Amino acid sequence: MHSFSRNLRQRATITLIGLLLFAVACLIFSGMTGSVSIPLADIPAALNELLHGQQSTLAATLLDLRASRAVSAFVTGAALSLAGVMMQALLRNPLADPYVLGLSAGASVGALAALMFMYAAWVVDAAAFGGAVAVSMMLYVLARRDLRGGTAAEAGTSQLLLTGAILSSGCMALVTLMLSIAPESRLRSMVFWMIGDLSGAQMRWMPWLVLIGALAFALRSARAMNVMALHAEAAATLGIRVGALRKGLFFVSGLLTASAVTSAGSIGFVGLIVPHACRFAVGPDHRLLIPAATLAGGSFLMLADTLARTAIAPQQLPVGVVTALIGAPVFLYQLHRLRK
Amino acid sequence: MMIGTCKLSLKAGQRQLIQDLDWLVQEGECWSIIGRNGAGKSTLMRALAGLRAPDGGHVSLGGRELADWPLDELARQRAFLAQSRSDAFSYSVIETVLSARHPYHDNRYWENSDDHAIAIKSLEAMEVADLAARDVRTLSGGERQRVAIAAMLAQDTPLLLLDEPANALDLAHQVSVMNILARLCREQGKTAVMIGHDLTLAHSVSTHALLLKGDGRWLAGAKAEVMQADILSDYLGHPIDVIQHGTRSIFIPNEETA
Repeated sequence: MHSFSRNLRQRATITLIGLLLFAVACLIFSGMTGSVSIPLADIPAALNELLHGQQSTLAATLLDLRASRAVSAFVTGAALSLAGVMMQALLRNPLADPYVLGLSAGASVGALAALMFMYAAWVVDAAAFGGAVAVSMMLYVLARRDLRGGTAAEAGTSQLLLTGAILSSGCMALVTLMLSIAPESRLRSMVFWMIGDLSGAQMRWMPWLVLIGALAFALRSARAMNVMALHAEAAATLGIRVGALRKGLFFVSGLLTASAVTSAGSIGFVGLIVPHACRFAVGPDHRLLIPAATLAGGSFLMLADTLARTAIAPQQLPVGVVTALIGAPVFLYQLHRLRK
Repeated sequence: MMIGTCKLSLKAGQRQLIQDLDWLVQEGECWSIIGRNGAGKSTLMRALAGLRAPDGGHVSLGGRELADWPLDELARQRAFLAQSRSDAFSYSVIETVLSARHPYHDNRYWENSDDHAIAIKSLEAMEVADLAARDVRTLSGGERQRVAIAAMLAQDTPLLLLDEPANALDLAHQVSVMNILARLCREQGKTAVMIGHDLTLAHSVSTHALLLKGDGRWLAGAKAEVMQADILSDYLGHPIDVIQHGTRSIFIPNEETA
C-alpha cells in the first residue's frame, strides 16, 4: 500500500504541471491570434520590447492589448471555476454554480441601474459589486440557520438554496423591468453586460488578490471539504466545524463571484462546466480538484475569449455567448453520461 | 465511565421522547437500543454523537460534558454511523474510508501509508476490500453500508455509535458484522452502542439493552434483566415470545393476538 499515497501525489503533481503548461500555451496562442496574427517566432522579441517598456513595433502593441485581455480572462475564469467548486461543495450538489444563489442577479441589478443612468465605468463596476454583496448579506440574514455552526448544523443547506433561488428570480424581475424601460441607446451595453463581455476588461491587481486569497483558503479547507462532501452533517463527528466551513465557503465563493462579475459581467457556464469536467477527469478529491479547476477555468475562458474576438472578426462577440454555446452541449452530454 | 447521560431530556417538537435519562455505559460494554419507530432512538443517538443539543440535562464522555470537548479530540474518541447516507459526488470506496482518518492529521495535506494500511484492513474486515476502487454511488445498499462501517473502524475510536448497523445487510453479513462489533468490545475493550430491530441478533451480541417507550419512559440494564418477554412486549407494543434454542434466545412476535 506504500505506493498508493505516493501515486496520488505524483498524479496530482503531473496533472497540475500539465495544466500550468497548458495555461501558458493558451496565453501565447491568444497573443498570436487575432485579426492580424503574430507569428510565434516574433513573440519573444515583442515580449522583450514589452518588458522594457517600449512598444515600437506593431507586434508589441498587439501583444500588449491581447495579453492584458487574456490575463483578465484567465483571472475571471479561474475565479468563476473556483467559486463553482466551492459552491458545489457547500451545497453538496455537483450541479450548483457560482450564480445559483443569486449573486450575479444582484450584480446585474446594480450594474444595469448604473448603465441605465449612464454613469462612468467605475461606477458600473462598483454598483455590480455592491449588488452582489447586498444579495449575499440578505442571504446570510435570511438563511442563517444553514450557516450556523455546532449542533444546529443538522438541517442541511436547503434553506440557503431556496432563499438564493427566490432572491435570484426577484433580482431578475428588476433586471427585466430595467430593460423594458431603458432608453434604446443604452440597451446594447446593458445586454452585453448581462451576457458577460471581456472587451472592456483591463489588467487589474484586485481580482488577482481575491483569487490568490480564495485559493489559499480553499487549499487549506480541501481536506475538510472532502469530509463534508462525503458525510454531510455527520462531518462534525469527524472533527469538522461544519458551520464555520459553510460560512467560509459561502463568503469566499461570494467574494470570488462578485469580483469576477464586476470585471466581466455575468459570464455563464464556466463555473458549472469546468468544475464538473475536472471532477470527471481528476476525480472529486478537493485537494487536486481545487487547483486543477482553477487553472483549467482560467485557460478555458482565455480560449473562449480568443474565439469570441476572432470568430466573426472584425466584429467581436461577447465571451458569454461563446461559453454558453460550448457549455450547454458539453453539459448536456455529461449529464446524459451521469444518468447512465 | 465511557459515555453517560444525566437527566437527559429529548423532544421532537412538543412531544417528549425521553425524560430524565440517567444512563451509564462502561468500557467494553455493548448496548442495544430498542424501541418502536419514532420512539427517539435515532434522536438519542444524535445527541450522544453531539449532533443534536439536548432539550434538558447533558451527555458526558469520559467524565467531561460533550459540549466541553473540542470537536477534533471528540472525533478521536467516538465514531458515528448515520442511519442513511446520500452520496452527491463520485468518491471511490477507498477515499470514503480514508476520509475517516481526518481526525488524525491536522497539518498534513495527503494521507500517508499508515492510513492506507488501516483503510485496507478495515475494508477487509467488512469484506469489501475488492471494491476499493469503485465509485460509492454504484454500490448496492448493503455494500455501501459495509463501506460506511469500514470507515467507522478506520476512525479507530474507543466508542462506536451505530444507528442501525444491520440496515440493508443480507443475513450472512448481519451476523458477521454484528460478531465483529461484539468481538471489538470483548477483545479490544471498545464500547458500542447500537440501534437494531432484530431482537434475536441484539440479544446474541449485546451485553446490555436500553429500552425506549417513546413517551419519556426508558429502561436500562443488563440484557438478562431487561430483554424479557413481558418487558419487551410492553415497550414494543406487541406480544413477544422467547424460545430457548440451545444457549440462544429466539425472540418472535406472537401472531395470534396480532
